[in-house]
Amino acid sequence: MFDALTDRLSGILDRLTRRGALTEADVAEAMREVRRALLEADVALDVARTFIDRVKERAVGVDVVKSVTPGQMVVKIVHDELVAMLGADAQTISLAAAAPVPILMVGLQGSGKTTSTAKIAYRFTNRDRRKVLMASLDTRRPAAMEQLATLGTQTGVATLPIVPGQSAVQIARRAMEAGRLGGYDVVLLDTAGRTTLDEALMAEVAEVKRAVDPHEVLLVADALTGQDAVVTARAFDEALGVTGIVLTRLDGDGRGGAALSMRAVTGKPIKLVGVGEKFDALDEFDPQRIANRILGMGDVVALVEKA
Amino acid sequence: SKTSSSLTRGITDLFTKEKLDAATLDELEDLLIRSDLGIATAERVTEAVGRARHARALDGESVRGIVAAEVARVLEPVAKPLDPPESARPAVILVVGVNGSGKTTTIGKIAESYRTAGLKVVLAAGDTFRAAAVEQLAVWAKRADAIFVSKETGADAAALVYEAWQKAKSEDADLLIIDTAGRLQNKAGLMAELEKIVRVLKKLDPSAPHDSLLVLDATTGQNALGQVDAFGKVAGVTGLVMTKLDGTARGGILVAVAEKYKLPVHFIGVGEGVDDLEPFDPQEFSRALLGLPRAG
Ligand SMILES: Nc1nc2c(ncn2[C@@H]2O[C@H](COP(=O)(O)OP(=O)(O)OP(=O)(O)O)[C@@H](O)[C@H]2O)c(=O)[nH]1
Ligand SMILES: Nc1nc2c(ncn2[C@@H]2O[C@H](COP(=O)(O)OP(=O)(O)OP(=O)(O)O)[C@@H](O)[C@H]2O)c(=O)[nH]1
Ligand SMILES: [Mg+2]
Ligand SMILES: [Mg+2]
Repeated sequence: MFDALTDRLSGILDRLTRRGALTEADVAEAMREVRRALLEADVALDVARTFIDRVKERAVGVDVVKSVTPGQMVVKIVHDELVAMLGADAQTISLAAAAPVPILMVGLQGSGKTTSTAKIAYRFTNRDRRKVLMASLDTRRPAAMEQLATLGTQTGVATLPIVPGQSAVQIARRAMEAGRLGGYDVVLLDTAGRTTLDEALMAEVAEVKRAVDPHEVLLVADALTGQDAVVTARAFDEALGVTGIVLTRLDGDGRGGAALSMRAVTGKPIKLVGVGEKFDALDEFDPQRIANRILGMGDVVALVEKA
Repeated sequence: SKTSSSLTRGITDLFTKEKLDAATLDELEDLLIRSDLGIATAERVTEAVGRARHARALDGESVRGIVAAEVARVLEPVAKPLDPPESARPAVILVVGVNGSGKTTTIGKIAESYRTAGLKVVLAAGDTFRAAAVEQLAVWAKRADAIFVSKETGADAAALVYEAWQKAKSEDADLLIIDTAGRLQNKAGLMAELEKIVRVLKKLDPSAPHDSLLVLDATTGQNALGQVDAFGKVAGVTGLVMTKLDGTARGGILVAVAEKYKLPVHFIGVGEGVDDLEPFDPQEFSRALLGLPRAG
């Protein structure tokens, strides 16, 4: 993940840092290349554009400190804007609510909702010693409920018994009831995948939300997503009030543009990332660390920070 | 497939302009980038349109027409129906792709269409890894009235493929369609497993797999190029299917893929139902990409 973007950006910025004086034209030229690198990494066009504008604006009037080159200053600015775009502080799932805490998992078809549900349940159970119940509200996809039930068996997490014929809302209510009666701390609600153009299905999940009043609404999204990332993130957020994003398939060699874009357009934090198919392949998302990884110029940034 | 709303909106803005100046061309390029064509392809298409601008006064409709024609020009040579050889018994279709792209669902749809065409179809549950992947394909097999071959989860996928081929042979089936577990193309171990499946097939029938389909998700960005490359090397991909074109994603990466790899595109997926599979129509795809109404 991010390697290709890292290579591109560090190449561009490296050239910049090696020069003595920098004209406005030099910066503009470098930023054109940065824009291209961002687009090739699937960063949404508008997000890339805003990013470039902000870097340019700050780079033009920058106070150059004696001990660093102007190019190094620009690298630092790019770094800071990248961190800002990714969300300065790491945030993770909150369980600060009355038990059982409902968490609603939503997203497009095949984005990784069911797998992520099991991973989160596994983590709460084993790391945080919480009593977790998982329920599948996917009444549509073949064997979707069996998939979650199997994952429950594999992870040792309880799943709500399957009752054929119930609607998603009915299952959600039953899950919360079982959560209360069974003394569960957390109830994870996995839902069917849906496109945001599907009005009936978007209405269904909105009704589920009203019925259970989830403490977290997590949008599960694929890190390989292209320009559609912003459209999808915005639409789910507008319909459901997303509280956080779970980005899956960060173990691929996608370029991570979706990570940058989704956070930027919704302002919602990326709370967790999926890095594999196994239950423990789940990481926290640390914007600082990711920004450093993307730029691959941690030493330059540190140098400017010290100056 | 649905039209692309923001692309439509953008082009409608062009509509009101008198002729194509540089700024308009820049806007057009932006719109194509937003559809995931990728920057290089977007630039190339925009240039082609720019070259044509002095030919006549252009309104928005003709701009869209020119762009759609330019896109269709790239796509036309790759639009080909899936045509497994009748001589091979069974003809083997291997279905591969990254996780969650729509392989299993697409197999269900293809099986149904061949069943209704009168063919005898065997489905092999080659995803022996993911939870309930076998059960999922079993449901599709039932829907499509296909013979179903599976092993328990955790079994060796290549061994399952071997059994499934034997079964198809003994049943004198027309078609064997093999589902595989989703895998990211940078996972060497998983790609080697796929290679082994192909090796086993070739031992059974040197001409198999007759088709090796890569299923691409329309929401995927530039990574699709890497998918085509890696799966092409390991599984000898012969054709593509693009799924999920019923959502907001436009699948413009297919244009870049067509330019670079020239692989046939057989179908598009436009929903989760058994009938939500359409032949790939480059004219319609290009028109939808540019927000033009369906021609036919
Ligand atoms: N490599 C990798 N694969 C993942 C990750 N998360 C999920 N997957 C895989 O992605 C595929 C789809 O995952 P699911 O959890 O079934 O996705 P879903 O969103 O529940 O799908 P639907 O319910 O059909 O909409 C499966 O093959 C998973 O194993 C991840 O972080 N990395
Ligand atoms: N909207 C829409 N959904 C689709 C389409 N094709 C498949 N899906 C859905 O996408 C999700 C993933 O599809 P699968 O067929 O399970 O994908 P897969 O590639 O077999 O997934 P893994 O085996 O986990 O790698 C399911 O929810 C499908 O119903 C399509 O054309 N449109
Ligand atoms: Mg699911
Ligand atoms: Mg599958």
